[in-house]
Amino acid sequence: MSKTPLLEVKDLVAEVDGKTILNGISLTVNPGEVHAIMGPNGSGKSTLANVLAGRDDYEVVSGSVRFKGQDLFELEPEERAREGVFLAFQYPVEIPGVSNMQFLKASVDAVRKHRGQEELDAPSFMKLAREHCKELKLKPEFLKRGVNEGFSGGEKKRNEILQMALLEPSLALLDETDSGLDIDALQVAAEGVNALRNPERSFIVVTHYQRLLNYIVPDYVHVLAGGKIVKSGGRELALELEEKGYSWIQ
Amino acid sequence: MSDEIESLIRREYEAGFVTNIESETLPPGLNEDVIRIISAKKNEPEWMLQWRLEAYRKWCDMEAPQWAHLQHPPVDFNAISYYSSPKSKDDAPKSLDEVDPEILETFEKLGIPLHERAKLAGVAVDAVFDSVSIGTTYKDELAKAGVIFCSISEAIKDYPDLIQKYLGSVVPQQDNFYAALNSAVFSDGSFVYIPKNTRCPMELSTYFRINELNTGQFERTLIVADEGSYVSYLEGCTAPMRDENQLHAAVVELVALGDAEIKYSTVQNWYPGDENGKGGIYNFVTKRGVCDGANSKISWTQVETGSAITWKYPSVILRGDNSIGEFYSVALTNGYQQADTGTKMIHLGKNTKSTIVSKGISAGRSQNAYRGLVRISPRAEGARNYTQCDSLLIGDQCGAHTFPYIENKNPDAILEHEATTSKVSDDQLFLCRQRGIDEEKAVSMIVNGFCKEVFKELPMEFAVEAGKLLEVSLEGAVG
Repeated sequence: MSKTPLLEVKDLVAEVDGKTILNGISLTVNPGEVHAIMGPNGSGKSTLANVLAGRDDYEVVSGSVRFKGQDLFELEPEERAREGVFLAFQYPVEIPGVSNMQFLKASVDAVRKHRGQEELDAPSFMKLAREHCKELKLKPEFLKRGVNEGFSGGEKKRNEILQMALLEPSLALLDETDSGLDIDALQVAAEGVNALRNPERSFIVVTHYQRLLNYIVPDYVHVLAGGKIVKSGGRELALELEEKGYSWIQ
Repeated sequence: MSDEIESLIRREYEAGFVTNIESETLPPGLNEDVIRIISAKKNEPEWMLQWRLEAYRKWCDMEAPQWAHLQHPPVDFNAISYYSSPKSKDDAPKSLDEVDPEILETFEKLGIPLHERAKLAGVAVDAVFDSVSIGTTYKDELAKAGVIFCSISEAIKDYPDLIQKYLGSVVPQQDNFYAALNSAVFSDGSFVYIPKNTRCPMELSTYFRINELNTGQFERTLIVADEGSYVSYLEGCTAPMRDENQLHAAVVELVALGDAEIKYSTVQNWYPGDENGKGGIYNFVTKRGVCDGANSKISWTQVETGSAITWKYPSVILRGDNSIGEFYSVALTNGYQQADTGTKMIHLGKNTKSTIVSKGISAGRSQNAYRGLVRISPRAEGARNYTQCDSLLIGDQCGAHTFPYIENKNPDAILEHEATTSKVSDDQLFLCRQRGIDEEKAVSMIVNGFCKEVFKELPMEFAVEAGKLLEVSLEGAVG
């Protein structure tokens, strides 16, 4: 392939409180590709997503990550976000009293400013946000509520997809977006993700279960165990895993 | 993370400049002669002097309260000057044209234009500089509605009947140590009277400024809303940055007669001291209102971000049947600031209602305490109170404390108390940053969200000011 990779992870080692969680990960993601990261609990899948987004509970010990050709670790979390790294959280946190609309606008303004685009005025932003809400089957009142405040599990996850749609990232990291969702909510979330797929935008989908991949069909599947990618393959690898269980890999 | 939060909490105090004007300041120290001089300087009638002396004698037998969750060296009351006046003419200026241009400029810098042609969005302002009221705007326009809005010094001369009737009627001279001191030495402040069935045509506002070194400020505010009237009043406060602690001991009394409503809002931004806890204002204030008549209402809203030490409990005595008392408070402490603040709701009348919403935000190494009393008397049938008391901690070196007292003597009363303590969590900050929002903006957004229920009680233009003030006060809070 002649494309310049969007993301190049090389021999990444990271730890939390002195305990090694990622133990030499290498992964290349080209524009437009969807990679699924699967693995048993504690294999390091969520850590990978969080290290890429820049959460500072993790210490990068060695290895490198290049994003759009630049050293990702040189950038603060907010700079990564503005450059187009988006993390859909496994457990979206509440921010009481701050309306979802206010939060979304502050976020979109910050990213647009970085990209040299003008800030959207309030009415245009409202219109845009409402349209996306509709696609995700969220009522417009949803925008007036506090960020994730009293949201159901499904609403929280759809709120993450809503943010992704508004921020138009180039690399979206979905951290167990399927956890806690019933089948209907899962479908809506997956449709939201699929609507955003395009030849420039890449996804890393972290999941424990094959189920999500029926809806978000990946180009590649990697299996993580003990902080390493122990097996990579195509879509069929996920199905095989489901059949045989993670013990097959270990 | 806590180091980062700490560096973000560094603040700059924008109102910290000193105005160079000639002033006349009494030498430090307090005795009966000082009180006689203050009274004479203001050409007060004999009854006023006697009232002050009576208060002073009571004060001499009192001791500073020790029960608050505050730590500071004892105040040396003989190291303070009790009167300072800008040196212009013999007494207070007769009109704004006579005010020293340097002082006018000071208020301009603080964003309080005093010239009426500079129109502060239809808000009438009384400006108090050190001990003296230097000018009240919109007087004529208010007079047309029958509203009296003037300095308390003028009121003592021009409206002696009202002053004699109401001064000390809500906060008696010997109410507490600092109220007694204030009663003895108060030098100026504002007086408001709203006649029967009158809605005050504009917001009223007093702006307090301490300038002179080693000066205490002891203002006295008295607002009387006659039957069926309404007034909304706002006070703002700033002081220069000085290494010494300065004392501010004010008394505010509100009287709402039958069916009257008083809405009193405060944005307090006295100098809080530097990042090592040096300097700053000691803000020891007594504020109390009485809902004297049936169906009256008093609402206190305060946004407290300044002062090295805050000791204040704006309270309401609900004497009239069906009267309503409200207290909405945001108290933010940072650096080495200490605050012990809250309210008292005293239910005497039938079907009286009170609401308390207190939001305390502690950052840096500060200590922030809520102290509240809800008292229901035996004859307050059908009384209701709702209290909500939330604390937010930023970083891990600060403290939040809650001291709620409930004394219920009527089995018919309904009381609710809710309290929460939360932290600005790393997860919340990370969520914001992952969405491209920088940390400072994120903290200010989270804190503003926390204070939302209180801000919506402020008059519009001041809600914006309060939001900005929080942002400035938190500048540097996570870096």
